[in-house]
Amino acid sequence: MAQADISIKPTELQGGHGHPDKWKWYDYFTFNVDHKVIGIQYLVTSFLFYLVGGFMAVLMRTELATPNSDFLSPELYNAFLTNHGTIMIFLWIVPAAIGGFGNFLIPLMIGARDMAFPKLNAIAFWLNPPAGAVLAASFFLGGGAQSGWTSYPPLSEITANLPQTLWCVALIMVGTSSILGSVNFLVTIWKMRVPSMAWDQMPLFCWAMVATSVLALFATPVLAAAMVLLLFDINFGTSFFKPDAGGNVVVYQHLFWFYSHPAVYLMILPIFGIMSEVIPVHARKPIFGYKAIAYSSLTICLVGLFVWVHHMFTSGTAPWMRIFFTISTLIVAVPTGIKIFSWVATLWGGKIRYTTAMLFAVGLLSMFVFGGLSGVTLGAAPFDIHVHDTYYVVGHFHYVLYGGSVFGIYSGIYHWFPKITGRMLNEPLGKVHFVLTFIGTILTFTPMHNLGMQGMPRRVAMYDPQFAHLNQLVTVGAYILAVSVIPFYFNVIWSWMKGKEAGPNPWNAMTMEWTTDSPPIIENWEVLPVLTHGPYAYGMERSDEVGPAGEPLPASRS
Amino acid sequence: MKQIPAPFWTLVLGIVVTLVSLWVGQNHNLLPEQASEQAPLVDDLFNVMMTIGTALFIVVQGAIVYSLIRFRQPKGDETDGLPIEGNLPLEAFWTAIPAVIVVGLGLYSVVVFQEMGGFSPGGHHGHGAMVAMAPQQSVIDIAPLVAQAAATDEDIFSKTQVYGFGASPLVQMNQPDVTVNVTGMQFAWIFRYPDTGITDGELHIPVGKDVQLKIEAQDVIHSFWVPQFRLKQDALPGEPGELRFVATREGTYPVVCAELCGSYHGAMRTQVIVHSPEDYADWVASRVAEAMPTTTVAQPADAATDAEYLAGIAPDLAKSPVQIAQMTSMSH
Repeated sequence: MAQADISIKPTELQGGHGHPDKWKWYDYFTFNVDHKVIGIQYLVTSFLFYLVGGFMAVLMRTELATPNSDFLSPELYNAFLTNHGTIMIFLWIVPAAIGGFGNFLIPLMIGARDMAFPKLNAIAFWLNPPAGAVLAASFFLGGGAQSGWTSYPPLSEITANLPQTLWCVALIMVGTSSILGSVNFLVTIWKMRVPSMAWDQMPLFCWAMVATSVLALFATPVLAAAMVLLLFDINFGTSFFKPDAGGNVVVYQHLFWFYSHPAVYLMILPIFGIMSEVIPVHARKPIFGYKAIAYSSLTICLVGLFVWVHHMFTSGTAPWMRIFFTISTLIVAVPTGIKIFSWVATLWGGKIRYTTAMLFAVGLLSMFVFGGLSGVTLGAAPFDIHVHDTYYVVGHFHYVLYGGSVFGIYSGIYHWFPKITGRMLNEPLGKVHFVLTFIGTILTFTPMHNLGMQGMPRRVAMYDPQFAHLNQLVTVGAYILAVSVIPFYFNVIWSWMKGKEAGPNPWNAMTMEWTTDSPPIIENWEVLPVLTHGPYAYGMERSDEVGPAGEPLPASRS
Repeated sequence: MKQIPAPFWTLVLGIVVTLVSLWVGQNHNLLPEQASEQAPLVDDLFNVMMTIGTALFIVVQGAIVYSLIRFRQPKGDETDGLPIEGNLPLEAFWTAIPAVIVVGLGLYSVVVFQEMGGFSPGGHHGHGAMVAMAPQQSVIDIAPLVAQAAATDEDIFSKTQVYGFGASPLVQMNQPDVTVNVTGMQFAWIFRYPDTGITDGELHIPVGKDVQLKIEAQDVIHSFWVPQFRLKQDALPGEPGELRFVATREGTYPVVCAELCGSYHGAMRTQVIVHSPEDYADWVASRVAEAMPTTTVAQPADAATDAEYLAGIAPDLAKSPVQIAQMTSMSH
């Protein structure tokens, strides 16, 4: 793909507007409509929920260090596993990757002063803290929802009704937030790019957010519908999913997975975008196969809507569906593979900087290869039937979501922290964080595959003693992961206050967010920029000089 | 010394990666022993995927590690790498290769799925409860009942989907050798043998015989899984399921509930005992001879007898020890 030979130059003065130069600390606790404030609100909130979800995981792994249920009561264990999954997906990865990075970066990357609907944006964020509070309250009002993050009826209709109701309410709130955010992203990217930025000159993170938003708009309302129906079944005597009153338990599974498999792509597509930004900068090379990466995001979005039944190969699924969804699931590997090969090709022949951001990006690449390959085995119905609902699946999706999404969020934080705060993170501390995370991830999630294949089901507080040794290994790995966050949180807090000043562009990167101050001023630029070079023009001849005012734009918007 | 050409190294590496992958694919020892006719089919599929996966893993990880070492920033060099943006033939190549692999794996999966019997259930299959009420011998002996049962079955079956693995398409018309009605409940499996009236908390089956399990749930969703058989079927309330298989190895294997079903989900475990035909006949005879069947349901219980315990947790199945005795005697 030939990048446009364009450089960055200011054209018109639009700053001012009577705003203060920068926000005070208390502005971050208000209904602020600045996309950067909202992005930081999302990130900080989600990192707090990450601690809560992680704490639950540590308690569960402590329970699983021995075969018997001797640390947590079975009910509490089930409440922790339910809320661990719920929090990690809906209040950690999704808000951090989409809400946090998306809000902070999208307007900056496309040369806009804010999102298309700033107030809607603030509403979308402010649905999240109450959702978290509702989940927390569910623990004090009945011991927390206990039917897993999937909450299949009839179990979810007969176990802990009040907390389960609160769980449904929380999910409806975060789902609404997701829908509002998606509309905002799409309109912003569609309508608010600087006039000089054609679609094929957009940073790949923007492409990833387009795919993510489309997917969320198609899938999330279906989850909301499932939640509403479940809530009605539990509280108002309806029988949508009650088999003894004419309902069907499998219908819920279809509704739930129609959203929840695409949710995996909601969690990973923005991360793919982050990868496509981080790797070229730190490898000092143009991204290899720009169009292939952009279009593969859209392909994943499309195909991702037609794979949900592979979660239901052992339930009420007609044979033809198993075959169709085997093929469609396997096909997702193709666009995903295109991305992986393109990133490796970007590394090839580069001048790679071993920054922490790059280490996490390459660590993600490594993890995702493993997680992707185990995902292919799960797509094949005959093998999936053996390992479905076992620790093999737990190992697989943690490789994808922890080794993938969480590594990607870390990579993005190390990369954009200078832009967000104006200060650098401490690199040696970052490398300690990376090494602990890398070792912990492998030790925690690799043995899970063996456990599942050998016969250990998931979601059990007590298990066959033959699995004790591998479980102890997993628990040690989980403790290492728990320890790994300490240098990170310390680094972030300390560096935010006392870190080295970053300057506008410490990585010498080329996307547009690096053309403004760090942190960016309110409304982002004094004068809106005009692109005169592509986002990944590393090693190319280019002119970064500011041209004379009124010079014709070098590339027209398509 | 003359430099060795790159294609030679590529060829050597390709051969080494292939050999390593083939070896790993055949010697990973990740799966438990095979104890059903379906198990080797599943394992062969997994071995193929393991071989391909190992090769891809080595190639991609190798390229990553090689790049990280070979292309690291030289000290003091702040310049950029070569601005290579794309290569259409290369991109087409690495799009085509995974596409061919996944389509091939998909087709292979379909073949395995068919050989496992995955295409036979569904549509117009028998409802477990109906068959359970009519001992097979009696139905065969009394012609009018056959017609009546068929008509009744047709009415009910036309409205009922049965999911799971049935008989292989090659033996679909054959009656199973043993039929067992399986009921999942919090937190136990109940196995009822309609031919003999036996009710048990463990599954006993003969080796080498065609076994049909009719699986239902009484309360919430459970999932019947025998890892050594490589078979799993959810027990769904209101949606009958089916597993049909031939056990190929005598022994005792775990029956695991794989679907979260409540607080003691992890304790919902029992076992399947695969007998030799003689031992199975002895087991059936001994159980039929007993008026009070013994039950080892995987749940803690203080009940005085197994029958009372069973009645306590499953009143619909067995209301009293007397009824269990009657059910046993009815089958003779």
